[in-house]
Amino acid sequence: MTAVDDRPAGAAPEIGRDRRRKEDQRLITGRTKWTDNIVLPGMLHLAMVRSPVAHATISNIDVEEAKAASGVVAVITGADIKDTQGAIANAWPLSAEQKTPGHLPMAVDRVACTGEIVACVVARSAAEARDAAELVDVDYDELPAVFDAREAMKDTVLVHPDLGTNKSDFWKLDSAEAGTGGNVDEAIATARESGIVIEREYRNQRLIPAFMEPRSTVVDPTGEQITIWTATQIPHILRFLIAATTGISEAKIRVIAPDVGGGFGGKLQTTPEEFITLAAARRLGKPCKYTETRSETMVSCHHGRDQWQKLTLAATKDGAVTGLKVELLADLGAYAAILGGGVPVLGAWMFNAIYKFPAYQFNCQTVYTNKTWVDAYRGAGRPEATFGIERIMDELAAEVGVDPLEIREKNWITHEEFPFTSVAGMTYDSGNYEAATARAKELFGYDGLRREQQERRDRKDPVQLGIGVSTFTEMCGLAPSRILGALNYGAGGWEHAAIRMLATGKVEVVTGASAHGQGHETAWSQIVADRLGVAFEDVEVLHGDTLVAPRGLDTYGSRSLVLGGEALVRAADKVIEKAKPIAAHLLEANADDLEFMAGRFGVKGTDKGLTLGEIAMATWTSHVFPEDIEPIIDSEATFDANTFSFPHGTHLCAMEVDTETGASTMRAYVAVDDIGTVINPLIVAGQEHGGIVQGVAQALWEEAVFDENGTLVTGSFVDYTLPTAADTISYVTDHTTTPSTTNTLGTKGVGEAGTIASTPAVVNAIVDALRPMGVNDIVMPCTPERVWSAIQTAGSDTAGSTTDNAQPHFESGAANQDDPGSSAEGADR
Amino acid sequence: MTRITVTVDGTSYSDEVEPRMLLVHYLREVVGKTGTVIGCDTSNCGACTVHLDGRSVKSCNVLAVQADGHEVTTIEGLSQNGELHPMQQAFHECHALQCGYCTPGMIMQAIDVLNDNPDPSEEEIRVGLEGNLCRCTGYHNIVRAVQQVAGQGETSGARS
Repeated sequence: MTAVDDRPAGAAPEIGRDRRRKEDQRLITGRTKWTDNIVLPGMLHLAMVRSPVAHATISNIDVEEAKAASGVVAVITGADIKDTQGAIANAWPLSAEQKTPGHLPMAVDRVACTGEIVACVVARSAAEARDAAELVDVDYDELPAVFDAREAMKDTVLVHPDLGTNKSDFWKLDSAEAGTGGNVDEAIATARESGIVIEREYRNQRLIPAFMEPRSTVVDPTGEQITIWTATQIPHILRFLIAATTGISEAKIRVIAPDVGGGFGGKLQTTPEEFITLAAARRLGKPCKYTETRSETMVSCHHGRDQWQKLTLAATKDGAVTGLKVELLADLGAYAAILGGGVPVLGAWMFNAIYKFPAYQFNCQTVYTNKTWVDAYRGAGRPEATFGIERIMDELAAEVGVDPLEIREKNWITHEEFPFTSVAGMTYDSGNYEAATARAKELFGYDGLRREQQERRDRKDPVQLGIGVSTFTEMCGLAPSRILGALNYGAGGWEHAAIRMLATGKVEVVTGASAHGQGHETAWSQIVADRLGVAFEDVEVLHGDTLVAPRGLDTYGSRSLVLGGEALVRAADKVIEKAKPIAAHLLEANADDLEFMAGRFGVKGTDKGLTLGEIAMATWTSHVFPEDIEPIIDSEATFDANTFSFPHGTHLCAMEVDTETGASTMRAYVAVDDIGTVINPLIVAGQEHGGIVQGVAQALWEEAVFDENGTLVTGSFVDYTLPTAADTISYVTDHTTTPSTTNTLGTKGVGEAGTIASTPAVVNAIVDALRPMGVNDIVMPCTPERVWSAIQTAGSDTAGSTTDNAQPHFESGAANQDDPGSSAEGADR
Repeated sequence: MTRITVTVDGTSYSDEVEPRMLLVHYLREVVGKTGTVIGCDTSNCGACTVHLDGRSVKSCNVLAVQADGHEVTTIEGLSQNGELHPMQQAFHECHALQCGYCTPGMIMQAIDVLNDNPDPSEEEIRVGLEGNLCRCTGYHNIVRAVQQVAGQGETSGARS
């Protein structure tokens, strides 16, 4: 039964309505509370001194000149705070054997990547701090450094000499060993004899999350409790890790995430800057603020993706996949960040995607390099996997000579087969890939575009049309504590909600999720309004402050709705349950004779009744109250899921590629997502549009590029080319719905779907446009130069037979053998 | 230090400022107009866009002293007598914002686009907003909002 069923006929349910957001009023008028807006009496400002070199020991830091500068209160080095600054934790070691370098907020004697903080200046104003930071004189003794993951695998240059190796850990899932499928090597051997083997290496380049609000932290150490405002997605986890690594009592730490300007995983971190600002504030006893510049963001906020993927797909001659083997090399950068190697390992359950593969093996090697550390970026492990599988399914279609959608249909799980346990051992609760695909084809005008494509090919049009397909699923809603524990993850996956019934009839909802643009205040209000039968306007949602919302595990991994929303439903149900005997007492009726409808307990067969608001008031006054009942109807609930959430969808993209210049232009994009029950279609569409563009940006424009010295050359918005309004088009989005069976509302996650799906759709479209010219891959981002080069060199790729075409580096035990300095990395693009 | 007199959102201010101070820092730190925000340090993102004598400028690209004797309008000065500016209303109606960080600059620029060209094509809107970055919305609903104010198109951003 859903909440909607409880409402009387005629009352429009809130769930499903395109409510305009409650959050907007303050954001469109400038009445905002970004961390950098906060000013406290006596507040001091920090500026960081960052390493310009990628690997060095720090032999001396001369702070005298900086200390003497106008307005400077203190200059702090790593040596000054080495025992009190806390640590940057890795919460997800892949195994007990994982090699994990120590990671201090402020380096004490050695730096392992550019941008690492070696000192900070604390001054009366931000400008004075910045000026004086220039005067701190640091002597670096440079050490050899390694920037390419494949080179790092050789261990000839060590990122952390004391670890003795650059290899962090190795993680494997094998369907034969797990009992979830057959032996993949046998499947490949059989296919080499009598079927098709497709072997490809894909590069999933390094990206920068690039949320719009630069990170900022204000720490107020005055009073007994330390208050920390910070631009974070994870106030609760930050509070825990500050306590765990500094020894400050958790109860003395209050973390507030006020208005937070985007995250996309980039603020799913406990940062050196947060710990250093805390250390400075404690040392000086004054409120301290640090706000980064955008150039600092680019180098010091964790990066995302950065994988080398070797895929071997075995199939029968008619295109039925018999096995998939995945070998990942994941670049962690200089340190294992909070999720670290756990991000690429999430791909273990996603490379098999929506397909029924009889045999599967996933191997992931994580490795350190002297670059900015890598962690979650929108999708986190799942876009990388989806890119790999959706690219290679297109290659299989080309090999078999059928439409890419036909090869998918041949291999996908049909809607009658749900719930379906995948070859990776995950049980997908619901889905209907046929329906989403049919709707997407209809909206896209698939057959018409295919005809136009053929016409352009026939007339040798210099502008070719390509159609890209991505039929994705994802696992989100991180989630089940039991599974997370089995994976060695350092925290649980539950979420919490509390509902306070105020005497005035208003409803105060407290959620442990911490929104930064998602619209929780609106969507949560809709859920509670339906569940309790109260007005949408009467619900207020409080979040993002560990004092107000003490329990929570925050917002990332498309988890807020599927977990936090269900916690909300359960808390609401408890409110009704608690209110019932009170209503019975006040109405002098038997509780069994009461029915709850539209926010009111009515006595069956009479017009007598009391609204929840009236009961809340009666509870507050407690003048006439049953003696044996506690005078409170406020309730809370903690929800832990049994499994993940598995949204899916079909995305179709049409790209026009100018074969003379290499320029590609998006012509049409259709996304049909099945995200279960939709709470607010307006918010969902917004998530889809933004998600799609971030995935398109990976395909076409963005890459974090380091030079041969380990300096980030895409270190500002001048060089790291975020898409603008002029680069993008309008999108067509729609839904098919198979409600999730794992939560009451039937919802699935949506925050990452667009980003996961769109990257392969775009690249598949470009490759599709050029396939008749002999092109079967273009390294991302597919810049005009790379597209043009691929066209020019396509003739040299004699891709006649797939077995002949097996790359030599697929030999067992050999590292990837492309020359690290060659084209793919893009350092010289 | 140099003395400047600037009218911001209808109020006249007279302050001593460092000659190097950027207009955006003057607005945020001296006048207290924290509705205007900083998103980058290379004049790419446009989050700090305000109107200077009625034309949009990136306030990180103007020195405070250059505003001496001029009139600045920020996002905080847009609504009149408690009534939202039509562009603010349209951003709300069309769900043209998510985290809201780019929104003040985006709204100020969107108004400027229509001041220049009251009936722009989608292409003209997109080019007009090119100097303002948004990471959340994919621009889709921002374009819809501008079209709505221009009297074009539908009000809902749920379907295109």
